[in-house]
Amino acid sequence: MSVSLFWHYAPSLISGFAVTILCWAVGGALGLALGFAIALIRRLKLAPLNWPIRIFIEIFRGTPFLVQLFLLYSGGPSIGLKLSATAAGVLGLALYSSAYFAEIFRAGFAAVPAGQIEAAVSVGMAPLDTMMRVMLPGALIAAVPAIVNMLIILSKETVVLSIITVPELMYQVQTMAAETFTAFDAIFGMAVFYWLLVEAVSRLGARIEARVTAYLAQQGAPA
Amino acid sequence: MKPEVILHSFSYLTRAAATTVAVSFAGIIFGFAIGALVCAARVSRRPWLRRAGAVYISVFRGVPLLVQLLFIYYFLAEYGLDVPAIVAAVGALALSSAAYQAEILRGALNAVPHGQGEAATALGFSGLDIWRRVLLPQALRISTPPLISEFILLLKASSLVSVVGIAELTRVSMNIASETYRPLEAYLAGGLFYLAINLCLAALGALAERRLGTPSAR
Repeated sequence: MSVSLFWHYAPSLISGFAVTILCWAVGGALGLALGFAIALIRRLKLAPLNWPIRIFIEIFRGTPFLVQLFLLYSGGPSIGLKLSATAAGVLGLALYSSAYFAEIFRAGFAAVPAGQIEAAVSVGMAPLDTMMRVMLPGALIAAVPAIVNMLIILSKETVVLSIITVPELMYQVQTMAAETFTAFDAIFGMAVFYWLLVEAVSRLGARIEARVTAYLAQQGAPA
Repeated sequence: MKPEVILHSFSYLTRAAATTVAVSFAGIIFGFAIGALVCAARVSRRPWLRRAGAVYISVFRGVPLLVQLLFIYYFLAEYGLDVPAIVAAVGALALSSAAYQAEILRGALNAVPHGQGEAATALGFSGLDIWRRVLLPQALRISTPPLISEFILLLKASSLVSVVGIAELTRVSMNIASETYRPLEAYLAGGLFYLAINLCLAALGALAERRLGTPSAR
């Protein structure tokens, strides 16, 4: 295993890492926003929207991420949706994660005690205020552990984007491997790198979680 | 849209779906065997075994499956082991799933009330009998619904083994797409097959949950 190999390819590896982080951040942020919007719409309990939303969630949770990517990237042009590989990758991450985030937020809203909402109504809070000041803070804090977990899963899914030729880290590593005939060294380095990355992200996530939910421990209330 | 593209290759797709189910099933079975060993290490009395189990789980849950799969694939090639790609595919699915299954089994063991083991000891059961007759039957019952959820996740993850050339559902959809120049129809059909299989599995999970009276960890 030669370190000089990685050194020689450092520029392309660094640009690949930047693309990985970018896809993860943008895809995750869009997925969170879309998932949150879906959870909100579900709370309105509009009958005509219930089924489409349930079908959307079932489809995106019931099929492999790779198939969704192929459908967007190669199937898209047939219905006039021409996307670059990176755009298709980011949109794919966003749609895939939004289905999971929608369920996470739904569970978060369900975790807000009914008494708190009744109390807000009885002291005369407007519906919007009830939402912003009572429901949202409670729901978000209850959802934090699941959100962190999903973001970690999503960081691992970015590797799949290499299959539709998004120039992220895995793609650059495979290019390097093909050009230098060092498949084993390259993939070994990649495995160690990802392990350290995911370990670091998990530790960071645990700290954020502890911080956000710290007040629960003080009060001794159930999370 | 040309749905006849799908109808023409329907038998091709059903065979591919069978391969997907077979590969995932092999992955879950071997994964269970390895996962049981890892779980045993995790709850062992020896600290170094507990540490080793924790490292296994951290590595196989932390490294993306595609990286694990290619690692095993190239590892076999690097050391001149001339085995078919299916070995690498099932091996990667099993090793990765084992880490998740070990945690499911450990959670289930922890969920068996402490008093049960103590009561069995007080009644004079031997150590082996406590495991065989008291702890394991209950732990397996508790872990059935989450194991079915894990099967669904593994079935979706098995789409990645198309990368090493296994003719499963994703690979066959790709082939149909390139032969007919109809990627939209081909991937929609592939996706619908996955969805159908997963809905069946989810129904099985719900049934198991009702029968066994244990909540799923989905």
